[in-house]
Amino acid sequence: MKKKKRIFSIVYIAVCFLFFYVPILVTMVFSFNESKSLTHFTGFSMRWYEQLVNDSEIMSAVYVSVSIAVLATVISTILGTLTAIGLSKQRRILKESILNVNNLPIMNPDIVTAIGLMILFSSMHITKGYITMLMAHVIFCTPYVITSVYPKVRKLDDSLANAAMDLGATPFQTLVKVIIPCIKPGIYAGILLAFTMSFDDFVISYFVTGNGVQNISIIVYNMTKRTNPTINALSTIVILVILIALVLGNVIPAVVTRRKKKKLSRLEVQQNTAE
Amino acid sequence: MGNTGNCIISLKGVTKNFDDQQVLRGIDLNIYENEFLTLLGPSGCGKTTILRIIAGFEEPSAGELLFNGIDIAKVPPYKREINTVFQKYALFPFLNVYDNIAFGLNIKKENKSIIEQKVKRMLKLVGLEGFEKRDVTLLSGGQQQRVAIARALVNEPKVLLLDEPLGALDAKLRKEMQVELKKIQQEVGITFIFVTHDQEEALSMSDTVVVMNNGKIQQIGTPVDIYNEPENRFVADFIGESNIIEGNMIRDCLVKFDGYEFECVDKGFKENEEIEVVLRPEDIEIVSPENAKLRGVIKSIVFKGVHYEIMVQTALREYKIHTTDIFEVGREVGLTLEKEDIHVMYKMEY
Amino acid sequence: MKHFKSLVRPYILWSFLLIVIPLVLIVLYSVTTGGNSLVNIQFTFDNFKKIAEPIYLQVFARSFKLGIITTGICLVVGYLLAYQITRFSEKVQGLLILAVTVPMWINTLLRTYAWISLLSDNGIINSILTAIGLDPVTMMYTDFSVIIGLVCDLLPFMVIPIHTSLAKMDKSLIEASYDLGAHKWQTFWKVIFKMSIPGVINGITMVFLLAISTFVIPKLLGGGQYVLIGNLIEEQFVSVGDWNFGSAISLILAVVILIMIRVTKKMEKMEGGSEQ
Repeated sequence: MKKKKRIFSIVYIAVCFLFFYVPILVTMVFSFNESKSLTHFTGFSMRWYEQLVNDSEIMSAVYVSVSIAVLATVISTILGTLTAIGLSKQRRILKESILNVNNLPIMNPDIVTAIGLMILFSSMHITKGYITMLMAHVIFCTPYVITSVYPKVRKLDDSLANAAMDLGATPFQTLVKVIIPCIKPGIYAGILLAFTMSFDDFVISYFVTGNGVQNISIIVYNMTKRTNPTINALSTIVILVILIALVLGNVIPAVVTRRKKKKLSRLEVQQNTAE
Repeated sequence: MGNTGNCIISLKGVTKNFDDQQVLRGIDLNIYENEFLTLLGPSGCGKTTILRIIAGFEEPSAGELLFNGIDIAKVPPYKREINTVFQKYALFPFLNVYDNIAFGLNIKKENKSIIEQKVKRMLKLVGLEGFEKRDVTLLSGGQQQRVAIARALVNEPKVLLLDEPLGALDAKLRKEMQVELKKIQQEVGITFIFVTHDQEEALSMSDTVVVMNNGKIQQIGTPVDIYNEPENRFVADFIGESNIIEGNMIRDCLVKFDGYEFECVDKGFKENEEIEVVLRPEDIEIVSPENAKLRGVIKSIVFKGVHYEIMVQTALREYKIHTTDIFEVGREVGLTLEKEDIHVMYKMEY
Repeated sequence: MKHFKSLVRPYILWSFLLIVIPLVLIVLYSVTTGGNSLVNIQFTFDNFKKIAEPIYLQVFARSFKLGIITTGICLVVGYLLAYQITRFSEKVQGLLILAVTVPMWINTLLRTYAWISLLSDNGIINSILTAIGLDPVTMMYTDFSVIIGLVCDLLPFMVIPIHTSLAKMDKSLIEASYDLGAHKWQTFWKVIFKMSIPGVINGITMVFLLAISTFVIPKLLGGGQYVLIGNLIEEQFVSVGDWNFGSAISLILAVVILIMIRVTKKMEKMEGGSEQ
């Protein structure tokens, strides 16, 4: 009975994951296809990767996607972290209004945020392009940073900051040497969220860009010829990069904590034997 | 005995308001070099606020805070030669023992070898040699406490502030740390300002005790003075157990309460002034009824470990008495008092 | 910590300029005519009246229908998936949940693009069908392809909140239920499902809101003639150029969504309150 149930669980989970991963696997497999066909694998080749590297339009889209994601992550992490730190001691009304405004880009459909910014940039006669896209990305990434960092700031013991200043640290030194190390997990979570939100974004980028500046999403969206194995090659690279990043992000902290735990238990044993 | 040195900190007419609430109502206090001074009072009496003002975490709403004669009320905490041991220690969880203690010296960009030397000396002072690389979050309460003290003292402050530092420790450890703190204070020879709500702690460690209530200082004195000569009902009640009885001062050295006149040693009250008398439970002696003016019946006896606590019902009230002698409930007894055990206080205004 | 109060100032300015003002502009555009310049504007409610025309109401209706179907499928499939995941040890659960989230990290457009080669008329699925002797089926540019794309994209948003509320459930409650004589189904409905309602509400809200406001997936998998609210808005801004009408549609979408979030937050709170 129990075993049967277990088998059902495994089969069901496997089917669901098949649904998630088959498109990804197909993409990866056919990126190495010799022919242009997306249905028949005729033989292994790196031809689409060569074409990808030589396709200046796609390469510049990759550059835009990556550079915007990096810059938007850096800017929104700094802005969001400082705001979250400043937020905890504000008067209630101000704090709640900031948090409510901050929630708007998270709750509003992307398309509403996107057209709002599009109207804003046009009515201020700002030429749309790389800079407007970057600004827009900072706008929708910062709220995610604030929502990840703020709970950590609220949990922070006030006396830690006081202790640092008591020991001679200026407010800036206190920020760098005490507060930021304490809220690091929240900041990391914010960085991760901001980067993926930015890298994944299509809707907002699509409405606020101009001058031929395109990111990966826009280029895929605008592609007229749908069967383009070059995109498969690009997808494969993106998937691999993200998988590697995830492995690094998840496995390394796990190893570190396991080491720490080991050290802890060893210390405990030492203490117990000493007592 | 501390009062012989120079005044290092003085508060003059300090008040503090939080929103519409006044937590300090005019504090005047002088703190001397090498003094172990304790701010004692119930929670919410303003003692921690005074400490925070001295540390620089709060600014007084009015009044002056002088440090060696200079007003420092507006000087930020990181520019004061004062360090604090926090209530829950506030050790930096991401630094090990050594780096926690070295934090202040690193901020001052001291030479590495000097830092190492000073940290080592501090670890020795607080008895934590060999703990340098330990993770502070894994230390016991008492060990964390020692790190917190070392972290503050390594900066060689003129004044060390301690905010209920023993509150989180169990009873036995607290006793040990009391002795140790006093020893450390004598060794480093600086002023300690200690905040506690535990009267026993205050009396056993301090040179000077400042009893506070409701944002005001009730009495400043040596532990012996505070215990023996409480100035008002609050101090008497807060410090130790006592019987507090309303009465009248007939004239100098003669007081009347419970319908009888008693000789005492207090002078300087107005004739017939309404006063309150403090009788410590251990100062009342139980004798046979014919030998005393004050008579009553034993209502209850509770064994308290070292002594018995006996409640005696007289005509007008109950008296609490501590004695090591054995009596039985229901017996009629007399109560006698030595004249120096009758402490007369001004009646408190409510 | 008081020293850091002033750190919020840049963000107050920033969020006012770039979050509040754009929304004000949308409202302004939605109640005016006069094209895309603010010079000669006139107030009007015509933009909202226009939405009431059957052709546009149809778009709203189709979006909601698609949203409801997608949410329903995600709920059934996702709940079961979340529930099956909780049957494993904590360590395995962590890995499985990670596996559910990994696709979310990969660019949505690229993932949707991959479905095209699977679903198209001469795509992989159809070649498998013909290979085993069945007739090929048209799947691209239908409701089916759009729903497949949406479910694949949004399923993690259903699985994760439900798994979170199932995982934090006290296992002794289930034992207590059996102990008190409840059958398996009774235990499931009266204890397990009831305890997971906050997660379910959360998942439904997220999936539904994302589904009705989408316009990439319908465009890629539904083809040009497949118009949902999102596509309608895009059309107004990109090809038709009627920003006023586009703003009015966006405003309605935003208001509907914000109201729904409020309502579900209330429901969640009530659920949470009744538990304690």
